[in-house]
Parts: sequence; structure tokens; C-alpha cells
Amino acid sequence: MPQNIADKIFAAHLKDQPFAGTNVLSLDVVMCHEITTPVAIADLEYRGMDRVFDPTKIKAVIDHVTPSKDTKTAIQSKILREWAHRHNIKDFFDIGSNGVCHAIFPEKGFIRPGYTVIMGDSHTCTHGAFGAFAAGVGTTDLEVGILKGVCAFRKPASIKVEIDGELGEGVFAKDVILTVIKELTVSGATDNVIEFVGSTVAAMTMEERMTLSNMAIEAGGTCGICLPDKVTLDYLWEFIAEDYNNDKDKALADFMKWHSDPDAEYTKVVKIDATKIEPVCTVGYKPDEVVALKEQAGAKIDQVYIGSCTNGRLSDLHAAAKILIGNKLAANVRGIVSPATPKIFDEAMNDGTMEIFRKAGFCVTNPTCGACLGMSNGVLAPGEICASTTNRNFNGRMGQGGMVHLMSPASAAASGVKGELCDPREYM
Amino acid sequence: MKNFGGEVIFLDRADINTDEIIPARYLTEVKKEALKPYLLEDLEIPGFDPKGKKLERAKIVVSRKNFGCGSSREHAPWAFEVNDINIVIAESFARIFRQNMFNCGMMAIEMPKTDIDALFALAQKGDVLADVDFAAKKIVFKVAGEEVEFDFELTEFDAALVEAEGWVGYADSKY
Ligand code: SF4
Repeated sequence: MPQNIADKIFAAHLKDQPFAGTNVLSLDVVMCHEITTPVAIADLEYRGMDRVFDPTKIKAVIDHVTPSKDTKTAIQSKILREWAHRHNIKDFFDIGSNGVCHAIFPEKGFIRPGYTVIMGDSHTCTHGAFGAFAAGVGTTDLEVGILKGVCAFRKPASIKVEIDGELGEGVFAKDVILTVIKELTVSGATDNVIEFVGSTVAAMTMEERMTLSNMAIEAGGTCGICLPDKVTLDYLWEFIAEDYNNDKDKALADFMKWHSDPDAEYTKVVKIDATKIEPVCTVGYKPDEVVALKEQAGAKIDQVYIGSCTNGRLSDLHAAAKILIGNKLAANVRGIVSPATPKIFDEAMNDGTMEIFRKAGFCVTNPTCGACLGMSNGVLAPGEICASTTNRNFNGRMGQGGMVHLMSPASAAASGVKGELCDPREYM
Repeated sequence: MKNFGGEVIFLDRADINTDEIIPARYLTEVKKEALKPYLLEDLEIPGFDPKGKKLERAKIVVSRKNFGCGSSREHAPWAFEVNDINIVIAESFARIFRQNMFNCGMMAIEMPKTDIDALFALAQKGDVLADVDFAAKKIVFKVAGEEVEFDFELTEFDAALVEAEGWVGYADSKY
């Protein structure tokens, strides 16, 4: 039977089928952060099973609330930290070296084509950008992953999203994925993997592909997969060159084996004409409520947030800085920028990007999830509105009673300068 | 196995997300019990009171499409569990939430839209009670002297997880 990429990864990792339709997969990477992992650790201890299946396959980071803001979050960090040390988990990132999980783990080269990856975090789908099957799971699945290196899944069907054509000025990967989510709706991809193909995706950098895959879950998708190619190879090369004896052709041939067969089956095929996509943002409390930014003129904002696992990478900061250069935030707007990892922070410092943010009036924070989930800094007061580069606009997400408009970094920067929702092309 | 059955609460909206079930500000808790007072705190639907008696008495939730979408937080099923709610019935579920429910030995039961509509119609008649027969995969809903029976389906794996009271016990004995 012809197979798509998810089928191939499932077949290569199938450990057991206890029942028809239930696939227990062996895992290549299990990733942990300090919000969802401590309960799993506590439960394993309680059961007398405080073990890990393979410390080299477990990656851990403190990223959601860091530095800790209070006693409770300090305890969460302490539990993760002590567990990582106790089990000799070398790839553990703490204050000073930590960054947002879905940015720092790929940056370290931990994700490879064909891998199976889980994390107790719904945006784990981000890592599908590397041609991996990466799924967000709850604490119990995470716990079993840590203990046994396995996870059970129903066999996901796949939806093919074909995006073709060149993106216009002011249009970014974020606008593409928001447009896709609008098309699919918030439950349109439930129990499906979204496979992103087409010339637009092929032309994207890994950073852009991660933005795309990151939001697959907002359409209900189990994972958002991009097919591994030369771009993937170049990104990973420093980490994998040795494995392939420095032979790029060999590596690429190895990547190609994961590609979907030409006649593989899909639940549906959605075609998107990239040339028609405009700068967009969300309105309301669901990520599929997407409208063109130019129709939102006049809508005042209170805060701009640039960061997160969706759009806190270097190219995102550059896109925002390009708009901000020589401009200042409007008097009614507070700006916060959180580079997603220390490496991105350093690069943005060294190339002058941070200076542009500072001169525009932004507060620069350490790499962290920060305002994204309203748990530490950047919380909105009731009635306040934020133009945000994050991925979720749920009611109360950034603070009880606050409203979040999701958009690209360029759009968020433009909105900050104008003081209201704004099409970034006004500043280009 | 957990206790199933009892009074039903109806949440008449699609796409109820895990932030509404348990807001992120409570994710700093490392004990499930601590979540108890905060269940559905941010859910705003007409006639629903997160601090009301109705939710306090409820053992079963009935809702619409795409229940439990959003974050992967297992705190959402736990917030139900510590409030003695071990079943959610909906037209459909987000994948992670559904798996989390069964992983905790709880049930996320999908029923067709016509059945869900019929259940919401029952709610108009008064307080609805439900008896759950796990072995026969049947639920009897009782309201104002009337009894209506519905069949439900579970995959074999989900049923095994309910019987094993969750995935950790199951996986540890097997892998
Ligand atoms: S940046 Fe936001 S969405 Fe991403 S992992 Fe952190 S909290 Fe989750």
C-alpha cells in the first residue's frame, strides 16, 4: 500500500498493536518542561518507579516561568532540575542557558527526519517541520514515555495542505498558517497529521517551516509535517555530518526515504494560493477567526508581544526590527520582546536588532514563554488588548479578561508603532 | 474502575478549550487536589456558573463539538477528576484531551450529533441523572420520570485503559 510520511514513520517505530487501530510506537526523543513534567515525576516516585528509559533520549528545559516568579514555580523548577541531575539527563537547560522548548530543542539539533517525538506540550507539533512525527501529549503519556520510551496512538489519517506561489510583500509564514487554520477550522484536522507541501513550503527556511508546523494543533492536528529536504539538511548538517561521513548526497537520499509515496491517501487535500494571502490577524477567542489586517484599522491596542515558539526566532525579530527601525511605539502601547533562545538573544544583540527594539521603546526579556500564556510576565489587565506573535487567542490566555490578536512579527511591530491593528505594508 | 454516573451538567457550546477548563494560572499546582476550586473558572456561557451548585453536584458533563481543544494540560481531566466528574460526553473531542481522559481511566464518550441534540432536549425537562453500564456500553438518562437509553462505543484500547484505571499501570505491566 502506498504510504504517506506519517505512515512510514509509524511503520518504522511500531512496537506493538495491542488492539486493532492502537499503535504503540517507540520514541526517539521525549522532551520535558517544568509545567507538565513535575506531576509525572511525582507520580513515578509515588509508584516507586523513579526511572527513565534512556537519559540520552530525554531533553528537559525550564522555559515557561523562568526565572521563577514565586514559591510554586520555584518548586516546579526544582523538581525538574533535581530529577534531571538525578537521572543524568545531560541535555537539560536551566537559567542562563534556557529558552522556549520548541525553539531550543531544534536549534540543538535534537530533531531529525523520521523521528518520533513527544512532549507534554501541545505545540510539540512544531518539530514536524523536520519531517518528524512529533505530538503533544498529556502528563500520563509523558510519564510512560519517560519510563518506557513508548507512546500509543490511533493511526492518524493525513490531510495534505498544498501551498503554491510566492508570498507577497508583508506576508509571512504566520499569515500562511493563520490562513490555513481559517480554512480548516479549529477542529478540521483532529486525529489527522497535516502534511505541508508545495512550492511555498519548499522555498521556506526551517524557521518559517517551524512557524507553520507550530500551529497545526490550532486546527486540531496531531502533528504538522514538512517533508525533509536540502533546507532541512543544511540546518541539521553541523549535527549530522559525521553520521553520514560528510556525504550530503547520502544524507539527502536517506531523508528522501521518508517522503510520501506519490499515490498515498489523504483525508482531504486543501490547496492554498500563496499569492492571494494577505497580512492577517485573529479576532475573537478562536484561532480560526482570521481576518485581513487592513480591515481592522482603528482597533486600539495596549501591548505588543513578540516572541514564543511560533515567532521568537531570529528571522522573526529581524522582520519586526525592519518595521521598527527609526520608529517608536505609540504612546498608548507597551512593547515586550522575548528572543526564544540564548543563541537568538546573542545574535540579535550582536547584529544590532536589540538596539532597534530598545530605541523603539521595547522591554527586552530573557528567553522564556513569558506573556504567551499569562503565567509570568506581560500579563494583560481585564479589557486590555495585545497584538501578539504567539499561537493562542483563547479567552484569558494572556490574563483574565484580556484579548489577544495573533499575527506575524512584522504586523505586531507595525501595530505597535501605529497604536492600533495595522497592516505592516503601511510601514514598508 | 472509577465510579461513573450521577447528575449531568450540560455545557452548550462547541470548542470548549482546556484554558477554559483550567486556566494556565493554576498550572503551578503540583497536586491534583489543589485544582478542585478552579474547574471551568474561565468558561463564560449564559446560565453557567462555575461556582454554582449545579457544577458541584455534577458527575457527568455533556457538551458539543471539539471539547477539550487547545493545550495538552492533563490538569483539565484532573480538574474534572478531583470534582468527581469521570465522564465527558460530546459530539467530538480534541485528540490530546480524549487520550488524557482514558489515560486517567476516565471516559471521553463520543456520540453522534442527533444523540447530543436529544440529550440537550432532555435537559429542558429538569435535572438529568444518568446510570452508566460500562460492561454493556449503555447509559440510561432519567429526567422527570422519563428514561432514555443510549448506546456508546469505545475502542478496545480505551476500554482496556478504563479497566486498568489508566495507562501507567497498563504500560508498566506490558512494556
Ligand atoms: S511559547 Fe507559548 S505556546 Fe510556545 S511552548 Fe511556551 S507557552 Fe506554549
